[in-house]
Amino acid sequence: MTDSNSPEVAASEPGPDLTPGGTPDTPGTPGVADLAEAGETDETLLSPPRPVFAQNWKRILSMGAVGVGAQIFLALSNMPLRLDDRLLIKPILSLGYVSLLFVPFIAGNRVGHQIQREGIPMHAAGLHEIFGGVICGVIAGGGVSLLSVLLVNFDLREPLVNWSPMLAELLAFGNSTAFAVFIWLLLGGLAGAAGGAMRLVNPKARRVVVTMVLTVGFISVLESLVMDLAEGLRFEWLTERVYARRGGLNWNWALILAAFSGLVAMLTRGRVRQAREHIASLEGASRARTNFGLIILTGAILVILPLFLGKFTNELLANVGLFVLLALGLNVVVGLAGILDLGYVAFFAVGSYSAAVLTAATSPRINPEMPWLVALIFVVVITGLVGLFIGAPVIRMRGDYLAIVTLGFGEIIRLLFLSDWLADTFGGSQGITMIPGAGIFGLGSVSGTEPRNVFYLVLAFCALAIYISWRLERSRLGRAWMAVREDETVAEAMGINTVNVKLMAFVVGAILGSFSGAIFSAKVGSVFPNSFLILVSIVILVVVIFGGMGSIPGVIAGSAVLIGVLGGPRQPGLLSEFSEYKLLIYGALLIWMMLARPEGLIPSVRRSRELHQQEIAQDSWLREQLDEEAESTAGNDQPARATA
Amino acid sequence: MTDTMSHPSTPNANAVNGTAALLETRKLSVDFGGLHALDGLDFEVREGEIVSVIGPNGAGKTTLFNAITATIELSSGDILFEGASMMGLDPNKVTARGIARTFQNVRLFANMTVLENVMVSQHCRTRQHAFGALFYTPAFRREEAEIRERAEKILSFFGNRLVGYRFDQPAFTLSYANRRRLEIARAMATEPKLILLDEPVAGMNPVESAELTKLVGRLRDEWGFAIVVIEHHMDVVREVSDRVVVLDHGTKIAEGEYEEVSNDPQVIEAYLGHGNEPS
Amino acid sequence: MIRTAAPRRGAPRTGVDWFLAFLRVAALTVIAVGLMAFIWQEIDADNPFARVVNPDATGLSGAQFRGLIVSGVAQGCMYGLIALGYSMVYGVLGFINFAHGEVFMVGAMTGMITSNKLADAGWWESNFIGSLLLIVIISMIVCTLTAVIMERVAYRPLRGSPRLIPLITSIGVSFFIQNAALVLLGPTAKVYPDVPDWVKDKHTFLQIEGARILVVVVSLVSMAVLWYLVEHTKGGKAMRAVAEDAEIAALMGINVNRTIVRVFAVGGAMAGLAGILWGILFRSVTHLTGFLPGIKAFSAAVVGGIGHLGGSMAGGISIGVAESVGPLLILEPLGVSGVSQLRDAVAFAMLIGVLLIRPSGIFGERLPAEDRT
Repeated sequence: MTDSNSPEVAASEPGPDLTPGGTPDTPGTPGVADLAEAGETDETLLSPPRPVFAQNWKRILSMGAVGVGAQIFLALSNMPLRLDDRLLIKPILSLGYVSLLFVPFIAGNRVGHQIQREGIPMHAAGLHEIFGGVICGVIAGGGVSLLSVLLVNFDLREPLVNWSPMLAELLAFGNSTAFAVFIWLLLGGLAGAAGGAMRLVNPKARRVVVTMVLTVGFISVLESLVMDLAEGLRFEWLTERVYARRGGLNWNWALILAAFSGLVAMLTRGRVRQAREHIASLEGASRARTNFGLIILTGAILVILPLFLGKFTNELLANVGLFVLLALGLNVVVGLAGILDLGYVAFFAVGSYSAAVLTAATSPRINPEMPWLVALIFVVVITGLVGLFIGAPVIRMRGDYLAIVTLGFGEIIRLLFLSDWLADTFGGSQGITMIPGAGIFGLGSVSGTEPRNVFYLVLAFCALAIYISWRLERSRLGRAWMAVREDETVAEAMGINTVNVKLMAFVVGAILGSFSGAIFSAKVGSVFPNSFLILVSIVILVVVIFGGMGSIPGVIAGSAVLIGVLGGPRQPGLLSEFSEYKLLIYGALLIWMMLARPEGLIPSVRRSRELHQQEIAQDSWLREQLDEEAESTAGNDQPARATA
Repeated sequence: MTDTMSHPSTPNANAVNGTAALLETRKLSVDFGGLHALDGLDFEVREGEIVSVIGPNGAGKTTLFNAITATIELSSGDILFEGASMMGLDPNKVTARGIARTFQNVRLFANMTVLENVMVSQHCRTRQHAFGALFYTPAFRREEAEIRERAEKILSFFGNRLVGYRFDQPAFTLSYANRRRLEIARAMATEPKLILLDEPVAGMNPVESAELTKLVGRLRDEWGFAIVVIEHHMDVVREVSDRVVVLDHGTKIAEGEYEEVSNDPQVIEAYLGHGNEPS
Repeated sequence: MIRTAAPRRGAPRTGVDWFLAFLRVAALTVIAVGLMAFIWQEIDADNPFARVVNPDATGLSGAQFRGLIVSGVAQGCMYGLIALGYSMVYGVLGFINFAHGEVFMVGAMTGMITSNKLADAGWWESNFIGSLLLIVIISMIVCTLTAVIMERVAYRPLRGSPRLIPLITSIGVSFFIQNAALVLLGPTAKVYPDVPDWVKDKHTFLQIEGARILVVVVSLVSMAVLWYLVEHTKGGKAMRAVAEDAEIAALMGINVNRTIVRVFAVGGAMAGLAGILWGILFRSVTHLTGFLPGIKAFSAAVVGGIGHLGGSMAGGISIGVAESVGPLLILEPLGVSGVSQLRDAVAFAMLIGVLLIRPSGIFGERLPAEDRT
């Protein structure tokens, strides 16, 4: 895998393939105007590899120290023990060990990172990177060695609940402590070396390797989903062979899958990307047609697929859909209008409770027992009013005060539902139970026992919500939201009534939230104040930010990945073993996203513009220069240079 | 009419158009803490007139703009637009009445495209709300088309600077001069009767500034706007203005045609300092 | 110069203005009616007027009332100490460090661990004051480190990004620390070792528990020390200069990075101290301990006027007293049942009320120049 020839190869041919990454110091390169292109500047200038021992020792030590900290933290958080049951590849690899080993791998990879400076040649990767990776990995692995010594000799069980002999045994692979010390230094070194080696494989080979690892990883991690699909689509004969009886891939099948996916990646090399870029470069009517086709295709898959899925997966899909709906609502408020609402759960709660009160026979004081669809009208009106009520006082506050105050409102609303004071209307801590399902035009009742129907209901409302946010974004109102997000004072001076426009965003968000609230109460059949903790708001926010603020596909992908794989605040995801850690991971993910990719998984065009102004401005400046060279007739418009 | 009498020095500048005052401030005062940024200022603009407001730094020029557009609180006095008081209006209502402005430090909606910047500024002249957008009504479609058409028309006023592929470029990619132009386009899109330009040529090179000077004249001639310009460049002031108003310490110290004002000893003392004739 | 966030003075103009005016009047009416009913009841419980609204109101005895005030003040002092961190960071960097409440939790946890270890060694009983000092020092060090690392890892790379981004990051940090404590230390409530009688018992003096006196005294003393440090030392002046305008301060030769780190360190140390005081007073901590007090402390900083040290303390005490007295004083006479459940709601309502009526807080805010517009 790691042929050390490739860097020289890359160095000797400085770009026969037309990667659109011409550096600005080569004027006239036609590719510079390609704005979508980001990062993939592989064919930059290369200078010879650095000597093996000329390491940046300070960096190695600090990366190693971070690795030690991370390893010890992960070990003491009980993640390895808990995840040890989850076999990935049958006899060899469990998720528990992976959760530790990925640390030295990443440390070993990052330690060789070079900062790319324009015009200054990069060093070609070589043994230097591997050696650095090994040292860094050994240090990081040493963290586990140290921990296994400490585990045997000291008892810190008092504050640290996971300080146990079981952990020591796991870390030692069932052998002696000395073995543990040795093996972790070795494993750390190996993982670090692998990490460092990733730097010297050329990008194409790296893509193949990554595809192989990801395929095997996904297929083993998403075992329950694949099994469920297999049952519906009748290919159990295959999965029975692929998966071992007690979970995990059989090792021979893991190899087969890896080889297969590697082959596919090699054959289709770059084609997928080309296709994507082709679609992105389409304009006007053909773009619209392609998009429409894609939407229809996705819709059709989403309608047909659940028919072949079991209860488990449909339940999962319904949960994901519910969060897509919530996230779409929050996306209008946060992504389009730029109002950071941390109390979004309030609308979810009001929607659920009002639907419960209006439909349930057991509701303590008011129980009109309306049919669900009729109740929905009232729910929308009530929640819209609550949106106005909460929105009006906060709308003129500074952005961050607004965040805290909405959080306060969210908490006040939950406390009111919980209080004895209103208990004879809302049931207090007992909540409201025995809520009937949602009856849809005599198509039968949609309730939690039929997750497939719930999913269809959710899907319908998601489609509605997508339509609403899509249409509004491209209207006069949507443009006003953008303007308000950009600069409120100027928006006001340009004749936009900022208060009304922002209130409108609040109300639209509230109404979308009420949809999911009404579905939620019908699905679960009961509402309790504890379903509406601030936590829910934060999770929805993480979903929106992870997916990409202001981007509808991003928000959907965000919910699918986070809620589907890790699980919601109370809803289990595919990786049910992670349930203890999901909030931890959400937190870490939020920090990491903000630091590394603030525009989200699938960014909206506008958002990435905002965050990458400088690069785009440079590109456009270059384009302008080229334009001017081309038509040297238009003389007097010299762009002022120093204003980016 | 009694008002004109109270102005000591409004001779033949008023004769440019004999129409009534479009904008009129009466005893306008703005205080920041103890500082009188504007102190009992009487100021007026007639229809179709181009008035330059000049004065040394801190004379209260931008404060005057902020007061007119209601972005700051008045301490006392009144502002009349087309004869009706504008006291107590929100900034967006002032714009809706027909006063648009640009900002001294260009403040575009940087991440919106050039076209969107102009489209969004037609907000107060258009009506379609969420309902039309959701149901994609014919009225909505018609209005969207009109908004777009108007925006393109306004942008084409600036020659080929802001058209074509620039329509869909984010505003922050524009050159400085183009940003200034786009700000003016945005003000035009609010369909004003009066445009307030705050140092429109600041930071431009002589060629660009000469071009923009012509543009200000065309704004009046082709679109019929009345214009108030704050400007430091005296050649621009001489070129464009029907009338020049000189402020110092929040009060008006002189008013009249350019030549007249530039020879006023009080102005030379307060503003030109060394008594040098500006080039 | 150009106003944005603050509501305009003068007559209401739009529907929203009318609604807000109505809200203000309604809030004041509720408070006034509740207070009147309470006072009637205290003056003459048999008077029919006293029971017009709530026939079952019991009223408060003098001792109860005093008890509530004292516990409110003690609680408020802790809010004040935490609020200092919010206030200073907001004053300097202009963003809400949402995770500051978790630093406080880390302090309380550290105190719990060290005090239990000390109790195992027998020192806690034999030399209570000494051990207390020791755990305070350890906890302050740990919290300082936590805050400084937080700044280095999560906030420094984001300086200069759009203003909601650091806030969102800090929410992530908060989540992370909270759940790190959960997975490392487990979900159960952990207790501090038993404290000596003089801390537990009510003193003859005013019938106040020793712990509360301790909390109030320690907070006021440390507040005073901090005030001296910020107003009169070179480092403190640097902090104020950076708060005023970081760019200019840098031009004047102040190391902005170091000053910001120092701000985080001081805030962290104060939160650590507050954590120990919390432990002494309530003797029990969980990983969730930091969340609500954190938000309330931020409210305290806003109520007092953000960027203002004395204001934080005053704001803290007012929030503490309001949430301890408010429900019984105002809500119960109005016939609201189960008022003690609404403590937190009262605290949040107070935050909202203050921002509606006087957004710059009691003492007025001191903000970085760019945030004032």
